[in-house]
Amino acid sequence: AGVGFAGGAAAASEMEPNSWEEITGYNNFYEFGTGKEDPARHAADMTVSPWSVRIDGLVDRPADYAFEDILSKMVVEERIYRLRCVEAWSMVVPWMGSELADLLELAGVQSNARFVAFETLLRPAEMRGVSSPVLEWPYVEGLRLDEAMHPLTIMATGIYGRDIPNQNGAPLRLVVPWKYGFKSIKSIVRITLSESEPPTSWNKANPREYGFYSNVNPEVDHPRWSQAQERRIGGGLFSPKIPTEMFNGYGAEVAGLYEGMDLRRNF
Amino acid sequence: MRSVDRLNALLKQVPAVAVYVAGVLPAIWLFWQAITGTLSIEPIKSLEHETGELGLQLLIATLLVTPLRRFTGINLLRLRRALGLLAFFYIALHLLIWLLLDVQDPAMIWADVVKRPYITVGMLGFVLLVPLAITSNNRSIRVLGRRWHALHRLAYVAIPLGGLHFVMQAKGLQIEPLVYLGVIFGLLFVRLSALKRRRLA
Repeated sequence: AGVGFAGGAAAASEMEPNSWEEITGYNNFYEFGTGKEDPARHAADMTVSPWSVRIDGLVDRPADYAFEDILSKMVVEERIYRLRCVEAWSMVVPWMGSELADLLELAGVQSNARFVAFETLLRPAEMRGVSSPVLEWPYVEGLRLDEAMHPLTIMATGIYGRDIPNQNGAPLRLVVPWKYGFKSIKSIVRITLSESEPPTSWNKANPREYGFYSNVNPEVDHPRWSQAQERRIGGGLFSPKIPTEMFNGYGAEVAGLYEGMDLRRNF
Repeated sequence: MRSVDRLNALLKQVPAVAVYVAGVLPAIWLFWQAITGTLSIEPIKSLEHETGELGLQLLIATLLVTPLRRFTGINLLRLRRALGLLAFFYIALHLLIWLLLDVQDPAMIWADVVKRPYITVGMLGFVLLVPLAITSNNRSIRVLGRRWHALHRLAYVAIPLGGLHFVMQAKGLQIEPLVYLGVIFGLLFVRLSALKRRRLA
């Protein structure tokens, strides 16, 4: 942990967290339906205990790690982050979590690993949304190893000091605050270290619209809408648009990861 | 009396104004909920979606009137104008919500219209509906004569554009918009094959 995680120069009011009702009632979790209220309605069907995460690939100690064991070895702290959805809305979420780097160290990352792949639970009996071919299941995501090891990248296990609700990705999910929300994969059952870039769900569904990196970038539009502005959830009927910040306002911390890269091409 | 005739007799009692009043109620209810904060967590998107979907449903209803009469004998012809104008009302609301509450910025509106194909398609559909709404009155039918019917065939272009707009805005492969588009094409096929038969006869 360190300083600046609240987002550098952001005004205090801008970091006022959204309410519990907003954070847990307005979600994208297509395994439970494509509507924003579907996850809150249907995610309770998902059994989250017992839970284990298989960590494999280029690690020293590949194994199924029980969620309780992971939790007992992690230092959980609050991280208040902005969340910017690729659909041009945003929230501020007071996550409880621990750095992904700590979890990866638990398994021992080998020196030739360059990428981290993540996989969401796929259990059709408890996930009514997966009967629809809206995406290829299970949901998969990935990060470059340096992104995964960055201190801003966390595994969240709670919100507002409570256990994370199922619709938000119980019992543990990724949070990468400088990338569009869909990179922050929910209800993770597998983490695989690899040498090559892993496939990611939205990129597979529509490579023109969703790249591997998906860093928040007001200058690179989604083909179907502008990314220059966003609407903070909770402002009601006359909620104004606010400008979107490069790297969602975390540029001071993460811009160095992309030095020399063409972010228009690597979107 | 056959049950269809009895139903038609009953329908004759329904004044068009009742359809207008009933048709406007959902809009009032939606805005009331949006203003009081009970519609949803994101009322702007909900209003946008609900009004667009109601507009499309009403457009589909106008396409259903003729086949319904042909295949079941149920006659809603007298109420078709009300359905069409209500559809236009909801689509105009949908557009206004997008302009004033969602995008807000005039420069961005134009950029979206020219740069984003799903918005171009939706806007084109709306523009085609404007002359139909303006001429949906007895005077226009009298003045335009045969040309009125020709003009109102624009509906066969505008309605599929609306369905296409719905399909194109969806993220991922979603079933609901595809069902709408399928229904629209099905009804168009029924209408156009009937028109062709009439011309051949």
